[in-house]
Amino acid sequence: MDNLLLLITKPDNVPILAMLFLIPFFIWLSYKQARQTDRTGVPSDAALNDKVYVWPYLCRNEFICAIIIMLILGVWSIMIDAPLEEMSDPAKTPNPSKAPWYFLALQEMLVYFDPWIAGVVLPGLIIVGLIAIPYIDINPKGKGYYTIKERPFALAVFSFGFIILWIVLMIVGTFLRGPGWNIFMPWEYWDPHKLVPLTNVNLSYLFGIRDDMTANFFGFAIVAGYFALGPIFYIWKCKSSKFLQELGMIRYVIVSFLFLSMLSLPIKMILRLALNVKYIWVSPWFNI
Amino acid sequence: MNEEHKGLKDKITNSDIWKSIFRHGYEKTGRRYTLQVLQNVWLHLHPPRISRHALNFRFTWCMGGITFLMFLVTAVTGVLLMFYYRPVAEYAFRDVQALEFDIPFGMLLRNMHRWAAHGMVISVMLHMFRVFLTGSYKKPREFNWAVGVILLLITFFLSFTGYLLPWDQLAYWAVTVGTNMARATPVLGHEGPFAPPDITQANDVRFALLGGTIVGPSTLLRFYILHCIAVPLVASLLMALHFWRVRKDGGISGPL
Repeated sequence: MDNLLLLITKPDNVPILAMLFLIPFFIWLSYKQARQTDRTGVPSDAALNDKVYVWPYLCRNEFICAIIIMLILGVWSIMIDAPLEEMSDPAKTPNPSKAPWYFLALQEMLVYFDPWIAGVVLPGLIIVGLIAIPYIDINPKGKGYYTIKERPFALAVFSFGFIILWIVLMIVGTFLRGPGWNIFMPWEYWDPHKLVPLTNVNLSYLFGIRDDMTANFFGFAIVAGYFALGPIFYIWKCKSSKFLQELGMIRYVIVSFLFLSMLSLPIKMILRLALNVKYIWVSPWFNI
Repeated sequence: MNEEHKGLKDKITNSDIWKSIFRHGYEKTGRRYTLQVLQNVWLHLHPPRISRHALNFRFTWCMGGITFLMFLVTAVTGVLLMFYYRPVAEYAFRDVQALEFDIPFGMLLRNMHRWAAHGMVISVMLHMFRVFLTGSYKKPREFNWAVGVILLLITFFLSFTGYLLPWDQLAYWAVTVGTNMARATPVLGHEGPFAPPDITQANDVRFALLGGTIVGPSTLLRFYILHCIAVPLVASLLMALHFWRVRKDGGISGPL
């Protein structure tokens, strides 16, 4: 318990504490407006479509907002001092060594994937995927107002990625990861000598495959089959689904690849936590 | 206001000096409200008039504006901090200590810079969340969303490069952990898959970022220059583009 208090009162963790309240608050705020829109069928702000002068109406809002935020920042800066530890020493590695709080979701991915995936490929795909969103989401509805009914899939995917895979993993990385990057519950003592049995095995081993060559092909088949789920679904449904025809094949391939890549993280997490799977595909060049 | 004062006021506001600075009066007319925005360099990125729904805090959360405000705060406090800080491994930590203990309001200055930076990371993430929830990235705002994604990355990178500058254990190891990822870049990192044999610890992409094989004095200088000059410049240019496009794409999105 003392440990949790220590973590909470760490000055650099204040933003994450703030997020614990801000994220639910803004989800509630947007949900309220979305529900109103979905119930009445009319966006909640549709009546406010007349024009007003920027000066004074918008400038006044900006000014009030700036004052309030500066007040908060001022109080925050007076009350809490920025951290300064002892001088840097390349010979003295702290345990655990943590990245800045906003990168802890990425550091958390390192538990489940090798660095080239967790540190390079997946972050790259996040960036590409975010930029691609407006070009692959062809649903013209739900532009400029909160709604759930008119774009459930887009909202579900983005909210899952942002809230679960980004914010929650950040919180886990901050509060639950201790020495050796092991999970410590808030009431547990951060024991640097905690022994965690390394019982992880590769997926091929679970299936009774013992020689490397077969394991390699097995892993390749699993990963390729996983990403082939997208095209298979397309071939199965494209005749009957008007939506898929409108989306078009190229957009669909991009959507399904990005979607499956994103889901690969929770899938790997479940495999690791439930079945102690280390790698799905072990090849001479890389492991996945 | 009595006659005598009114005469004086008219005298001042009709003088050549006054009129050379202020191009319009302060009467409560639509014409003056328009001129107020059009003739002011700081306000002219705004259109003269906007839809009423754009004023609604419930809709906008004001997060884009807060992000910009945080950027301005970090810029101002950052310039002041630069007077007291030398990006040299021997001095950096001592200078931050001096800021905390010797320089008047140095601690407050440093706190404001750090918390505004953290605040900016929070507000930029919430801004993106809001823009997604309201579908504001849809036609015709696709490109501005892409600019926004780049600005999000720049915010992270600004914060990350600044993280190293105090040169304490927290800074040193957070940046070591963060930049270690670059080792594993496919092809370009010496521990990444498909790295050719010529790629070693001393010439891979991580070396280019750090200016060495570990975080060291040249990393400090590199991050300092990136943090104080290069990245803020790019950020400012992209922000100008971002705000300009908000207006050119029809103002902030609304139900109509």
